[in-house]
Amino acid sequence: MPREVTLKVGVGKNLKERIVEIPDNAPRPWDGSDDLKYVGKRVPRVDGRDKTSGRAKFTFDIQLPGMLHAKFLRSKYPAAVIRKIDTSKAIKYPGVKAILSVQDKLPLIVRFAGQEILAVAAETAHQAAEALKLIEVTYDVRKFVVDKDLAKEKNAPTVFNTQVEEKLTEGDLPGEHSEVTQKGNVRGPNISPKDATPEKIDAALASSFAVVEATYRTQVQTHSAMETHGVVVDWTAEDKLKCWASTQAVFAVRDELAGSFKLPKSNVRIITKHMGGGFGAKFGVGIYGVMAAKLAREAKAPVRLMLDRKEEHLCVGNRPDSVQSLKIGADNDGKLTGIKLISYGTAGTGTGAGTSGPAKNIYEYDHFYSEESDVFTNAGPGAAFRAPGHPQGAFALEQAIDELAYKLKIDPLEFRKINTPNNEIRQAQLKIAAEKSGWARRNPNPGADKGPIKRGIGIANSVWYYFYGRNFQVSTQVNNDGTVKVTNGVQDLGTGITTVIVTIAAEELGLKPSDIQVSIGDSEYGYGPASGGSVTTGGLSPAVRDSAYAAKMKMFEIAAPMLETTADKLAAADGKIFIKENPDKSLSWKQVAKKIPGDNFIAIGERKEDYHKLDIGTIHGVQIIEVAVDTETGVVKAERVYAVHDCGRPMDLLTTESQINGGIIQGISYALFEDRILDRNTGIMVNSNMEQYKIAGALDTPEIESVVLNVHYGQSSTGAIGIGEPATVATAGAVGNAIFHATGVRVRELPMTPDKVLIALEAMKGASS
Amino acid sequence: MAHSKDVKKNGPISKGVSRRGFLKGLGATSLGVAAASKSELLAKLEHAPSPNGTLLGKNAVALTLNINGKIHQVKVEPRITLAEVLRDNLGLTGTKTGCERGACGACTVIMEGATINACMTLAVDAIGQKIETIEGLESDGKLSKLQESFIENDGLQCGFCTPGIIMSSKNLLDTNPKPQLEEVKKAVSGHICRCGTYPKVFESILAAGK
Repeated sequence: MPREVTLKVGVGKNLKERIVEIPDNAPRPWDGSDDLKYVGKRVPRVDGRDKTSGRAKFTFDIQLPGMLHAKFLRSKYPAAVIRKIDTSKAIKYPGVKAILSVQDKLPLIVRFAGQEILAVAAETAHQAAEALKLIEVTYDVRKFVVDKDLAKEKNAPTVFNTQVEEKLTEGDLPGEHSEVTQKGNVRGPNISPKDATPEKIDAALASSFAVVEATYRTQVQTHSAMETHGVVVDWTAEDKLKCWASTQAVFAVRDELAGSFKLPKSNVRIITKHMGGGFGAKFGVGIYGVMAAKLAREAKAPVRLMLDRKEEHLCVGNRPDSVQSLKIGADNDGKLTGIKLISYGTAGTGTGAGTSGPAKNIYEYDHFYSEESDVFTNAGPGAAFRAPGHPQGAFALEQAIDELAYKLKIDPLEFRKINTPNNEIRQAQLKIAAEKSGWARRNPNPGADKGPIKRGIGIANSVWYYFYGRNFQVSTQVNNDGTVKVTNGVQDLGTGITTVIVTIAAEELGLKPSDIQVSIGDSEYGYGPASGGSVTTGGLSPAVRDSAYAAKMKMFEIAAPMLETTADKLAAADGKIFIKENPDKSLSWKQVAKKIPGDNFIAIGERKEDYHKLDIGTIHGVQIIEVAVDTETGVVKAERVYAVHDCGRPMDLLTTESQINGGIIQGISYALFEDRILDRNTGIMVNSNMEQYKIAGALDTPEIESVVLNVHYGQSSTGAIGIGEPATVATAGAVGNAIFHATGVRVRELPMTPDKVLIALEAMKGASS
Repeated sequence: MAHSKDVKKNGPISKGVSRRGFLKGLGATSLGVAAASKSELLAKLEHAPSPNGTLLGKNAVALTLNINGKIHQVKVEPRITLAEVLRDNLGLTGTKTGCERGACGACTVIMEGATINACMTLAVDAIGQKIETIEGLESDGKLSKLQESFIENDGLQCGFCTPGIIMSSKNLLDTNPKPQLEEVKKAVSGHICRCGTYPKVFESILAAGK
């Protein structure tokens, strides 16, 4: 029987009552009136001890007796047909145990430099590397194209001769996979709204009071997780597979391996106890996982196949680049009349270069029109990357919004308020961000600083969406010595879900976090989320709480006769179970646990549908960034960031802050440094390492002040929403706006390296003289 | 990560053979001639003199290493790096490798009081040197104050770069127990943390230095 509860919901302290219907066996959702002991506070990472002591075993660290080391031979050409591979010398090399081609039959068509050809397993990694040098591949080299603008031309070499179906990865946005046409290397356009034509938007913009129009370019960014992609595979029986995988989705990897080898799911076990970052690139088993398993079967020995840094840049995913022509207009009150976006980009041999999310979903406007296309090139395939499409889209949109505000002589922050009138969360965030950053004290005139080093402050909004998944199964086991263990198959990418699980269970059971054991990262545990789309915390946390709540109810049933009362009169806190009305009548958790019949019990919590839809289905953020631009060298330094974000009810403030910091720093890295560079003459990546592919480091890190705005929805028992993706969307746009405020010049191309800044400054000088 | 001047100042490894130095020793010709057959190249490798006059390789050699105060004996080819010996021969997998070319700092260990990239240091060059790795920071099952501070302040996310960062932090605090923020930033500037945990890394080190 469902029951009704009245909850306090709303933004920050601005709460109102809402009646929510919940199942009878579910706990009353945490709401704005609950001040909790651990949830939303600062609980240190529970795997911190393993990770700071070197004891944590990542997939990278797994060493099994008799384990072989595998390496790929990869194409050195960006386009070729391989008709002959001679492995006769390599197979005789000392230590070599197996060599397998990725494709059973030749010819093999190569579409990018770095594509897998075959893999070798040997006793040592050095032997495998030596053996690769002895393999003779006969390439029939073909014409290629790595430049997306050249690839669009009529006579360009075509990357695919067949229609490409969009590969679904769990990190993509739902609903973005649509039927589109493919012509030459261009797949698209994908038009939004569906079946729209540009006449309406063109008319709306033509009659607008003010319009800005510009083209923005963003680069390809590689995920560059510190732990590379890879697996360690062990056939524990002829039809049983055990696989340690550096993955964001243990259950997807299990399904893919089971499918590849036609094994029942129960015969495949995936283990991911610690995982060195994914950022969207580690959803499937990958060709490396399948090849490792094949080699292991062939060689009858466990196989370790971890990619190296170069392979990581070339082959296993990247954020597609983009060229975005954006035209937006407003009326004389500063209200947006329309947004028109024409965008294309390349995900290499993959798809997913769309950028329209921010343009569609941040502001309120009268008209919208977008066309987005993928352009195939002979480059490694793109993959979901932390808020797919959004940092690139926000870089363009947020600069255009800024430009329009300046044109209308409206303060850029005020302009953002004017155009989000019905979004209470955004209004609150803009207000907080303004106060924190001292926005009102900012010089309204761009380029006002006199010296060669000019400081500026810029603002940008972010947007993401609330996804949560269903049917996750969390179990809470209580043993008769009082120990508690919470289990779910989910992997922890470094986001802190392990700590979140412990925090929630401790809160619900009235125990300390240190009283709760947790076990995750195993496909033999209950179904857990794939960590993409910021679903993990919002998806899993209610199942954790519901599981702990069910365990608590069982404990209450045991305790009730002991306390001569009924279970519904009991509560748990501080390691005790007591009568709510008479807290002195209590038993310790352990005393009650002793009476558990047999040895233990297990209580299951299951993730079901939310209790209701969110009024606003988006997740928001505002970032204000101060930069210093050296106008003599073109060097931009991000000095300070004020970030205001919401993620429903935060579960652990410490790890939430770390996620926000990480999103911002990755965003700054994207804005100023990172760039995958392919030589257009050879099709080869020239900076496939960590010194020339520049990633922000300690000295590039700004001071960050972040505010997590609590938003209570009462949509689930925890009210949690993820934060991984929203935190990286706004940053590059805010940096661009700050550079404009510092110098009076817009840099419309990423990364905003000194050369581009100097060129933009020169262009302005040229224009004004 | 090691700043080259620190290493030089502290001396010991400049006496050894770095991987780069070793290759340099082969002379430009052997590396410059792309057409040189493998056997020719190998012959040159085998006869390449090391600076102190002894010839090593290509067969495995016995080494005695002092890791975290314990003496370990291993037999490895001279081309094997310290990072490989730590991880593959001794099972000390706390030391990670992220790039294999000294650019990311994940493999940082302390050798005779200086931070070095274990992926760029040949194991033979660690003979007779005191090596400290992340596994040596605990005593009697108790984490050091620095490790506790990293946990307390959330100075880590995925944790893959963490051992290296902690080793650089330890080296800083060993020589400069109460560092300023700028000194802290510089000390860990050779590390890449893709999760972007730097602000809380700084807090962790500053708090441990108090």
